[in-house]
Amino acid sequence: MGRFSGLKVIWEGLRGQTGWTPMWRDPEPKAEYDVVIIGGGGHGLSTAYYLAKEHGITNVAVLEKGYLGGGNVGRNTTIVRANYFLPGNSEFYSHSLKLWEGLEADLNYNVMHSQRGLINLFHSDGQRDAFVRRGNAMVNQGDDAILLDRDGVRKHLPYLDFDNVRFPIYGGLLHPRGGTARHDAVAWGYARGADQRGVDLIQNCEVTGIDIEGGVVRGVQTSRGPIRAKKVAMIVAGRSSQVAAMAGMRLPIESHVLQAFVTEGLKPVINHVVSFGMGHFYISQSDKGGLVFGGDIDFYSSYAARGNLPMKEHVMDAAMTLMPMIGKAKVLRSWGGIMDMSPDGSPTIDKTPTEGLFVNCGWNYGGFKAVPGSGFSTAHLIATGQHHAPAAKFRLDRFLTGRGIMDEEGTGAQHNLH
Amino acid sequence: MRIPCPVCGVRDRREFTWGADALALDRPAVDAGEVAWDDYLHNRENPAGPTRDLWYHDACGTWAVVDRDTVTHAVHGSSLAETARAGKAAAGKGRA
Ligand SMILES: Cc1cc2nc3c(=O)[nH]c(=O)nc-3n(C[C@H](O)[C@H](O)[C@H](O)COP(=O)(O)OP(=O)(O)OC[C@H]3O[C@@H](n4cnc5c(N)ncnc54)[C@H](O)[C@@H]3O)c2cc1C
Ligand SMILES: [Zn+2]
Repeated sequence: MGRFSGLKVIWEGLRGQTGWTPMWRDPEPKAEYDVVIIGGGGHGLSTAYYLAKEHGITNVAVLEKGYLGGGNVGRNTTIVRANYFLPGNSEFYSHSLKLWEGLEADLNYNVMHSQRGLINLFHSDGQRDAFVRRGNAMVNQGDDAILLDRDGVRKHLPYLDFDNVRFPIYGGLLHPRGGTARHDAVAWGYARGADQRGVDLIQNCEVTGIDIEGGVVRGVQTSRGPIRAKKVAMIVAGRSSQVAAMAGMRLPIESHVLQAFVTEGLKPVINHVVSFGMGHFYISQSDKGGLVFGGDIDFYSSYAARGNLPMKEHVMDAAMTLMPMIGKAKVLRSWGGIMDMSPDGSPTIDKTPTEGLFVNCGWNYGGFKAVPGSGFSTAHLIATGQHHAPAAKFRLDRFLTGRGIMDEEGTGAQHNLH
Repeated sequence: MRIPCPVCGVRDRREFTWGADALALDRPAVDAGEVAWDDYLHNRENPAGPTRDLWYHDACGTWAVVDRDTVTHAVHGSSLAETARAGKAAAGKGRA
């Protein structure tokens, strides 16, 4: 495929775009690999990429039951940020954001990472205190946070309903390095980078069984035949429980549907990522002009990849409350993705009781921003057997031991509270 | 989505709060140990397909066990959680 460059774009423009070749091969599965990764979403692809790039492990296959990027990595609202509060999460997302900042040069791929700034609004003194605390934690971690008062917010977001009778705006926490990226480009960029380094990306290949002998993983059964492997990583997001069951495991995961919405394309109007503090609503504008927004999960377990009306209504209510101008835009589409929700709202990157079998799951509604960091840390664990420092607290046994629970919202480490 | 309350009949989903998987009715003994309690509190079958889960009808205060499908969102029926638990307790005694 070669490298992309501005010169190449011009050259291809001059000769009718006839010189482009496929971005990755379409290989037949081999009989055996050093590492098999189950799941061709963002996390599976980035893990494969960093295995090859950072550790020189290239005899790797990514097995994807559908097409690359067809899961949540292509369904999310693309917010990238490092504004976590608790030790464990804070250093992980900080590392991930640094990888984002070098990602396009590293992958030689335009993922349209745009650090347009993220503003979390607050609407009471208590909320302001909570955001001051969060902002200080971000600064202590070495990231950026600026507390804006009401007038400070007004300068950035003049179109909000500042004097709303029920939810007046008191201010906001600005995270200037927060922003968005083009979601499928992230999957494609990692896929291309992994393929170029020798990783086999195998689509339409569903894993149907995991072979374990005497407590050691030996390979997988797939819709395209058995494949032997020295190590296997389960990186399947919303399908984590089904795949883990193939290895006799029950995970601390419930799958829930999260919806998102996009309007018709409009001229540039919303330049940041903005979140409402008094209802489930956040918004940004895509480069195509559509207003992309969402809210919270529907709050019942679901694999339907589509949601119900009550959450749609809630999101629209919140949108109208915060920015009445949005009432003039027409919603074009809505969709849902299957989220791997964990009891404390934080993820897991860990070994399993089966030797050579690894698990990466529990990203809740926030795993897109984690794609670089998660792949980096999961590759480190697979290659070295040691937890990578920024992800060292993402342990599977934290619910049993009670040590290291990372409940950002402070609502309790219990399902359906995050 | 509409959900049948065993007391009030079929009502809009907005009238209900989702509780948990119906496994919540299988509470371990107080002294069952931390592994059993961890499993009960945190680990889930998380089925893709038929499931039984607990819904609270905000309007009348009833906990219902609802039979539904997590893939299609079809709802097949429901029963009183109280009855389901009493049935389990009776079955448990029978085994002892
Ligand atoms: C509406 C919505 C909005 C979101 N917004 C944001 C956001 O703004 N910011 C953010 O950080 N995060 C966001 N997220 C969360 C984020 O998208 C996910 O946490 C993340 O994409 C999950 O990791 P993944 O990319 O690896 O998952 P996926 O892309 O779902 O990858 C998992 C893959 O595994 C495959 N698979 C499953 N079972 C098997 C099998 N048996 N054999 C082979 N392959 C299998 C699936 O087909 C799938 O392709 C959002 C999610 C949704 C749905
Ligand atoms: Zn009722």
